[in-house]
Amino acid sequence: MAALCVEELLARAEQREAEPHRSVAVQKELELEFDLGNLLALDRNPPRAAGAQRESRLRSLARDNTQLLVAQLWGLPAGRAEGATGPLVAQLPEPFYRLPREKPLPRPRPPTRWEQFARLKGIRRRKRTSLVWDEAAKQWRRRWGYARAGGDPARDWLIEVPAGADPNEDQFAKRLRDKREKVARNEFNRLRNIARGALPGRGLHPTGHQSRAELGRATQVARVSTASLGRFQPRLPKEPAAPPPRGGKKRRFEPLLGDLAAERSRQLELLRGLGSKKPPLDLTRAVNKQLREEDAQAAAGKGKKRGQRGKRGRQRPGGGKGPAGGKGKKGGARRQQQRPAGRKRS
Amino acid sequence: MEALDRVVKPKTKRAKRFLEKREPKLTENTKNAILIKGGNANLTVTETLKDIYALKKPFAVLYKKKNITRPFEDQTSLEFFSKKSDCSLFLFGSHNKKRPNNLIIGRMFDYHVLDMIELGIEKFVSLKDIKNSKCPEGTKPMLIFAGDTFDLNEEYRRLKSLLIDFFRGPTVPTIRLAGLEYVLHFTAMDGKIYMRSYKVLLKKSGCKIPRIELEEMGPSLDLVMRRTHLASEDLYKLSLKQPKALKPKKKKNISHDVFGTSYGRIHMQKQDLSKLQTRKMKGLKKRPAAKMTEEDEGISPKKSKSVL
Repeated sequence: MAALCVEELLARAEQREAEPHRSVAVQKELELEFDLGNLLALDRNPPRAAGAQRESRLRSLARDNTQLLVAQLWGLPAGRAEGATGPLVAQLPEPFYRLPREKPLPRPRPPTRWEQFARLKGIRRRKRTSLVWDEAAKQWRRRWGYARAGGDPARDWLIEVPAGADPNEDQFAKRLRDKREKVARNEFNRLRNIARGALPGRGLHPTGHQSRAELGRATQVARVSTASLGRFQPRLPKEPAAPPPRGGKKRRFEPLLGDLAAERSRQLELLRGLGSKKPPLDLTRAVNKQLREEDAQAAAGKGKKRGQRGKRGRQRPGGGKGPAGGKGKKGGARRQQQRPAGRKRS
Repeated sequence: MEALDRVVKPKTKRAKRFLEKREPKLTENTKNAILIKGGNANLTVTETLKDIYALKKPFAVLYKKKNITRPFEDQTSLEFFSKKSDCSLFLFGSHNKKRPNNLIIGRMFDYHVLDMIELGIEKFVSLKDIKNSKCPEGTKPMLIFAGDTFDLNEEYRRLKSLLIDFFRGPTVPTIRLAGLEYVLHFTAMDGKIYMRSYKVLLKKSGCKIPRIELEEMGPSLDLVMRRTHLASEDLYKLSLKQPKALKPKKKKNISHDVFGTSYGRIHMQKQDLSKLQTRKMKGLKKRPAAKMTEEDEGISPKKSKSVL
């Protein structure tokens, strides 16, 4: 018995020695490029698998390349998932090979009217609790919705006629009408916000099938995008001639011998303005404008400071510089604003 | 446009989730592929589409009916399908006398065709012709491209990018090493592209890295490139643009050596080195006697200087 076992063992040992030593080494002329995030390997060596034994040569080439790729993958930092007995997993790096996206980058949407106002005034969003204590029912109820805290206003069997209202008016119908108007106004504002959201250059990237209007707009923008703002761009034979340059506020010149009546009226207006005792600068308007701008800057500065504090927590070395910098900025801004006022006067 | 910015707002949460899944995002979903049969599709082409569908499941949709379109002439119907099923990759198979066993592989950007490459199938061996065990559906394949043509020729470069995009599967942070079962090998040689799929067997070797043995498993295709419709440079560049938010934040004041040493930089204020707090060594402390002699020595050279 024992002799047989020993013979078996010896036979097995001989077999194992006779097996060729399996190596994992692969010889290549040029090194492969690896992108392990995509499990990708790029071999730049010219393949030599032409001829009769193409399949077997391709297979051996594939085997060599796969061996190299697996060697790289086994070199990655590995751990055991789900405890000590789980499967061996390797941490893959980020994919390196750049591939085109499926959709364009998400565009930030422009702020709505309320958002602009809130930013100006420095109003921030308060987090509200989802449940409110209802005294009448003596329990926590939702703020709005199905079984809400104040009771559903639409189910009131009695509505008091307010002090200054007409006693013959139907208050229930009035409430319904007001609600409908509110909903309609909200919807209108929402659509207006969406309509305003169209930025000027929004649809101008080349996607292939564009409408005639979009193409026209794209050609216009392309024409004006030269260093000389499209002044010397040649036109196609049948393209209409360039419209006369409108220019900005400051580059608009009237023709020399134009409308004589308009010129006369303009000169008379000027003389009248010079002769009148009223000052040309409306002081109250200017002061109000200044106050509004200061408000906006204060709100922006407050918001930024608060944000910084929240980010850094206890550290205040940057905070020490913050208000000083803000003051400097405000002073400078005030100085800048006074200059246009001066120009208006002259 | 966000789901909330649409003119017609979604009325249910499910509809809102559906729209949010399809809108442009910072990190995108895995690309889906549509596999379409053209007007005159023969057995080879149909089998090829079915096999590639099996490889790409569940990120592919196989259209059962024939669609009579010509992608190179008119791309509107492809774009319509892509928009309906939210797929950005497509594979269109057809057959006619002029272009036998034709396969058009392409991808979309913003639901418009970005790149399209027409390939002819010269030889095709299907999954069911090779009788051995296959790997489970949805395995992430290893991709290997061999041949310098894939780098030198512009069309081949785009084809390589297309094939990687097509077959790559979802992007995962970790991978089970024993689950690397399947490799797709593309060789560019003599104007043809040989695509072979092998099942990977990991055998014991002397060291930690296993020895690889390959077993031919899946569809094998011999392809030849026919027509191409590649995107213009600027459109391609636009599609490659990645959002800034995804770029890894560079840590300031840390630099790395060629050898892997990392150096840090500390910014200090100006220090008065004479008042530095160093280790006190009692032996080096100035004793009163030593101080006196030093003072004399210190003063005398000054004196001599003034005299001179």
